[in-house]
Amino acid sequence: MKRCFDEFVGAYCNTPLQHAMDMRKYKYLISRRMTQIAVLFLFFAGNAYGWKILRGNLSSAKVLDTLPLSDPFAVAQSFSAGTAIAKDALTGALIIFLFYAVLGGRVFCGWVCPVNMVTDTARSLRNHFRLDSSWKSWDISRSMRYWVAGLSITLSVTLGVAAFEWISPIGMLHRGIIYGFGFGWAFVLVVFLFDLFAVKNGFCGHVCPLGGFYSLAGRYGFLRIGYDRDKCTMCMKCIEICPEKQVLHMVGSQSGAVLSGECINCGRCVEACDDDAVNFSNIYAKKQSVGSR
Amino acid sequence: MKVTRRDFLKTTAAVSAATAIGMAVPDELMAVVKETEVGWRWDKCVCRFCGTGCGIMVATRNDMIVAVKGDPLAPVNMGLNCIKGYFNAKIMYGADRLTDPLLRVNEAGEFDKKGKFKPVTWEKAFDVMSSQFKKYYNELGPTGVSIFGSGQYTIMEGVAAVKLIKGGFRSNNIDPNARHCMASAVVGFIQTFGIDEPAGNYDDMHHADSIVLWGANMSEMHPVLWSKVTDRKLSRPDWVKLINITTFSNRCSNIADMEIVIKPNSDLALLNYIAREIVYNRPESIDQDFVDKYCVFATGPIDIGYGMRPEINHSKYRASELDTASREASKTVTEDEAQAWSSLGIKAGSTLEMKNAKTPVKHWAISFEDFKKGLEPYTLDFVASLAKGDPDESLSGFKEKLVKLVDYYAAKDRKVSSFWTMGFNQHVRGSWVNEQIYTVHLLLGKIAEPGNSPFSLTGQPSACGTAREVGTFAHRLPSDMVVDNPKHREISEKLWKLPEGTLNPVAGSHYTKIMRDLEDGKVKWTWVQVNNPWQNTANMNHWINAAREMDNFIVVSEVYPGISAKVADLILPTAMIFEKWGAYGNAERRTQHWRQQVTPVGNAMSDTWQTVEFSKRFTLAEVWKSHKIDNEVTLPDVMDKARAMGYKDTDTLFDVLYANKEAKSFAWPDPVGTGFMNSEAGGDKRDVEGFKGYGFFIQKYLWEEYRKFGIGNGHDLADFDTYHKVRGLKWPVVDGKETAWRFNADYDPYARKSNNGKFAFYGKALKEIPKGDLFGPKGSEKVSLPNKAKIFLRHYAEPAEVPNAEYPFWLSTGRVLEHWHSGTMTMRVPELYRAAPEALCFMHPNDASSNGFRDNQLIWIESRRGKVKARVDTRGRNNPPRGMIFVPWFDERVLINKVTLDATCPLSKETDFKKCAVKLYKA
Amino acid sequence: MMPERRDFLLKTIKSLGLATAGGLVWAGFIEEGRSAPLILRPPGAVPEKQFIASCIKCGMCVEACPYDSLKLSQPGDGRPIGTPFYIPRTTPCRMCKDIPCVPACPTGSLDKALVSDKDKDGELIFNISLARMGLAVIDRETCIAYSGIQCDACYRACPLIDSAITVEHTRNVRTGKHAMLAPVVHSNACTGCGICEKACVTKKASIFVLPVALAMGEASERYVKGWEERDEERLKDVPEKVITETPRSDKKAVDYLNEEVF
Repeated sequence: MKRCFDEFVGAYCNTPLQHAMDMRKYKYLISRRMTQIAVLFLFFAGNAYGWKILRGNLSSAKVLDTLPLSDPFAVAQSFSAGTAIAKDALTGALIIFLFYAVLGGRVFCGWVCPVNMVTDTARSLRNHFRLDSSWKSWDISRSMRYWVAGLSITLSVTLGVAAFEWISPIGMLHRGIIYGFGFGWAFVLVVFLFDLFAVKNGFCGHVCPLGGFYSLAGRYGFLRIGYDRDKCTMCMKCIEICPEKQVLHMVGSQSGAVLSGECINCGRCVEACDDDAVNFSNIYAKKQSVGSR
Repeated sequence: MKVTRRDFLKTTAAVSAATAIGMAVPDELMAVVKETEVGWRWDKCVCRFCGTGCGIMVATRNDMIVAVKGDPLAPVNMGLNCIKGYFNAKIMYGADRLTDPLLRVNEAGEFDKKGKFKPVTWEKAFDVMSSQFKKYYNELGPTGVSIFGSGQYTIMEGVAAVKLIKGGFRSNNIDPNARHCMASAVVGFIQTFGIDEPAGNYDDMHHADSIVLWGANMSEMHPVLWSKVTDRKLSRPDWVKLINITTFSNRCSNIADMEIVIKPNSDLALLNYIAREIVYNRPESIDQDFVDKYCVFATGPIDIGYGMRPEINHSKYRASELDTASREASKTVTEDEAQAWSSLGIKAGSTLEMKNAKTPVKHWAISFEDFKKGLEPYTLDFVASLAKGDPDESLSGFKEKLVKLVDYYAAKDRKVSSFWTMGFNQHVRGSWVNEQIYTVHLLLGKIAEPGNSPFSLTGQPSACGTAREVGTFAHRLPSDMVVDNPKHREISEKLWKLPEGTLNPVAGSHYTKIMRDLEDGKVKWTWVQVNNPWQNTANMNHWINAAREMDNFIVVSEVYPGISAKVADLILPTAMIFEKWGAYGNAERRTQHWRQQVTPVGNAMSDTWQTVEFSKRFTLAEVWKSHKIDNEVTLPDVMDKARAMGYKDTDTLFDVLYANKEAKSFAWPDPVGTGFMNSEAGGDKRDVEGFKGYGFFIQKYLWEEYRKFGIGNGHDLADFDTYHKVRGLKWPVVDGKETAWRFNADYDPYARKSNNGKFAFYGKALKEIPKGDLFGPKGSEKVSLPNKAKIFLRHYAEPAEVPNAEYPFWLSTGRVLEHWHSGTMTMRVPELYRAAPEALCFMHPNDASSNGFRDNQLIWIESRRGKVKARVDTRGRNNPPRGMIFVPWFDERVLINKVTLDATCPLSKETDFKKCAVKLYKA
Repeated sequence: MMPERRDFLLKTIKSLGLATAGGLVWAGFIEEGRSAPLILRPPGAVPEKQFIASCIKCGMCVEACPYDSLKLSQPGDGRPIGTPFYIPRTTPCRMCKDIPCVPACPTGSLDKALVSDKDKDGELIFNISLARMGLAVIDRETCIAYSGIQCDACYRACPLIDSAITVEHTRNVRTGKHAMLAPVVHSNACTGCGICEKACVTKKASIFVLPVALAMGEASERYVKGWEERDEERLKDVPEKVITETPRSDKKAVDYLNEEVF
């Protein structure tokens, strides 16, 4: 029996029984899903039931009606579009920027962004139907996200609007869930289909400028994946499962921490490793690190 | 139906015949039914909303109303409408229209007071209704049953109902919602002129130089008439003066030269100030010749109570109600009252016992000197400080306005029209204040001629035509006759073909009293027709409990589910205005008829049909036996006399009251109905439970029999067919001609016939009264006052309930332009619902901010009797002064009548919906 | 050239090309969306061009609205996606005196200063009647009040009754016995809340709110009404210098004069 990888649940499994037995193998995945859903639910409840824990949405929010939070990339676009940034928005953007910059990697992408659930599902189906082998994947550069991020800023300057926010499938999705979709589902579907049929890990791993932004922001944060060459049996499950394979380039060659900001700190490699060779670590565990972008 | 040449000739012939007998039928008024290019049939009808009586044309196609238009030939509105009239075509087709009888039943399908509504057949409905009736009728007699009637009855429906309950059941417990609306005006007319309804007509609006509104928000409640008033103002903007006297600022002030905001009830003092100013300071303005020839002075008692329950500690009162209730027996005289009553020597702080609470209508003639003496205290200083209603207005400015007001009334070269509606009528001294306005007009001789017109505007489309003229009141019979007058009973018995002694001489319970009787278990069976008593009656928490918790049976004939239907035991689905033949009488005495345009929706049947079908369930022997009414009066058994008249014991009331020989002489089909249906006379395509029609023209019969009451009696109406050719006629219609101004020999044949000079106030009621002085009648001598009107001295009195520290706000209720009464119909028109979706609590912005209320915020409005929630509006159409709120009553989600006080004018028994005390707090 | 290097270059060029093509479509999409002019913004919104640059689409104003009048536009609405607006016919702005949507805005896209008076200490005090969300416009052909029907539902519904909407009284010459009471909107007071539009009883509203820029013309900047004392203020910022051009002044004077006569 071919073991299939259930991306949404997040592990290889044969039977539900095995699935259940391997629960400890999904602890990060379950935590991530819970975080993603909890954030969305709190936003939803803020609008629908007037809960005050978290109001607004991922673009800008208020915690308990006091602490402002804002998407720093959206604020940057807005600034580029020629807006004088208001105090609340600026404070909120700084808080979020510092939070992710200190934490490190793309924790937002792995743990908060709702599109992650969409693209993970696409990847799961892609594997399930073995689309990789029946189609030649379009091969585009993972650096495209930086181009798109740059383009976001350029277009914001030239058009006088926050350009990525205008079309962002992330915005469509979280606003859709909180306030109603309209045709927003189409944007989300495009991302899903793009990831399913066109490019593996296409949106989050190649195109999304917010991902690009956080790759740069999280470059020097402390939370890292550490790799121990000594324990590694070279099974390569970590590489197989990683949505940003390039960050694990050291696997099989030398121990060290993942230093690229492109790592989304999802922890799937940790779960996949049966040999305790991959674990969460921090940037100070640097002695053997060779990771780079 | 195309108009064939033959039809056309027939119509023309009928009109020629009418013209030949002197009937004034100008060609352009002929209501020729035409079918238009688009296949619509247009026919004339009347608007159903408000007392104005706008003519409309209704288009039907495939048995559906497809459109309406204002009737360009209708003299009242000349093609115009307000937005309620504009949506007449939509009122019948609400998605939740009642289409089948609904009975509260248990699991087994039997009637159960605590059961749920289930559809039943008409047969079953009448079975249960009549067995319940007989149960309570046999237990309690005629006083144990009642009908809540209406000022929206068609005239024929009113006739049918009053015949059944008074002539058939020998009960006088029928009272219309018009009690809430026009009763004070009626008392004013009867006591002053001896005959009901205004002398003038709407043309007064085009002749008047001073137009004074007293508690009449015409801009919303009579929009088409308001446009006439506005036109007059625009015709000579600098000369014509418009004065808006009101307790809160409203839209009439837009074109008013003066807005006078007064304190509730102070209109009594203000009118006395005007009279005093005329008598003391401007005697030259008195039309001395007129007063000498046509008037007499009169007054009445002041200790008359407030029309509340005489039992001031009634067991059903809540504790919180008792302090207000006690004023029915006595009250402490205030400083203001003491000053007003100084001619009677009453001191502030003393207790006024309400000794005349049971005899408030008595009055006696006084001398001019007494009259003058009584007015003496109402000086400018006193009245201005008493009456100023806006605490933010300066007293000196207010005084200037009052002085000017007198100018606008008294100036010799000014014709003056005064208009009033519910501000006067819904008033604990409503009858008095009606009489006082006549006092002012009579002193000045400014009455009963074009432009000089004290004019009571009616609220309902047939408050005049049906409620008043037909007499669907507890004490009335048609044509201003009353049940306690043996002569009147005799006339009525003859015309209705009843044995002598059938009619009950004891006046029945008035509208609010029926509610109280239900609560007391004195009435246990009631039938609601064409109105919504459980939304429109003040202090309604009591009445809802009485309806649902006590042993009784409540039938509600309704078109849509509303509050009254909700508290009913049986609901009868009822045909609406264009689904039946009908007639209404408007505020200017204009009677207008229409034909049935379409088949009723579902299994709905008209009120006439329901009344007539119900009568089939009673044999004469069951109802015309002897009944004990009270300790003094026992109705005789009239069966012997009935047999002598040829009636059999087994004859039903149907045979005697509705399907008698005379009735059957009115054949159906009838030329006047060519091309039209008549569900009652001929049945209709639905064949409801096999009903094929009575076979005779029942509406025409009811009309023709009814109009005999008025002929030669000052209430002459034309024959049935004539009204189908003209756009209404103002009664009395004598020799085919309508009467524009009554009591004036230039216009009124009755005034000419009286041979009394230019004017004759020929009404016959209450024209023999004792003589006396300010303190009371003296001696037993009665003076006879043929052709005279009375100039009343009436005093200021405090309302039944006044704001205090606990309940600091005045509450006034009322209507809005967009909705009709309790909103059952207009709230089903999407456009009207959208325009005014909910009743708001209008208040002064400072009151809102000092209580911490925001606009649109929900607040509780609470009185001693109950509370409701409403949204605050400080920026709206109505702007009350500080200390007052206004809440409309159309919205059943804001049942403001849970809060209002059921105090009435003791004379008219009309509830004062305009003043009670409330507190407000955040919801 | 090394195959790997060549491959890398090609991949980069491909991505760059894709990004450019995408960017053009992207820009076009934004342009298209931005040209949706019929959008009504919450009270205190900065001018539209600025608004769509600064609004971060967080929906905080929407959540603050106590009457659910405000919505965030969704794809397919034909409005800039994710930005707040209201539809007067169904859910007009209720003109709260404390304007809760404005302080909720984190970006200043809803600017308190635009809907506030200054008290004597320079503190901003909310005054919702300063809002200019739009301007109500009346179609006099379908408005039934203009044909003499007694309506004025809009007038009575107006929270600024008698200043934003007044009633114009004229005689009805057709009947000779009635007056027309017709609503008139005043741009100096109308906030564009749209309660009138909701109240209108015609099938499609005959009074409707448009963004102010679309609803109003602009008078000439070189003429002052002699009978209006303050009309001059309108022109206080007009530059002195003016050169007028028409097709007739296309040519320089000398060139024209030197042309052949015919």
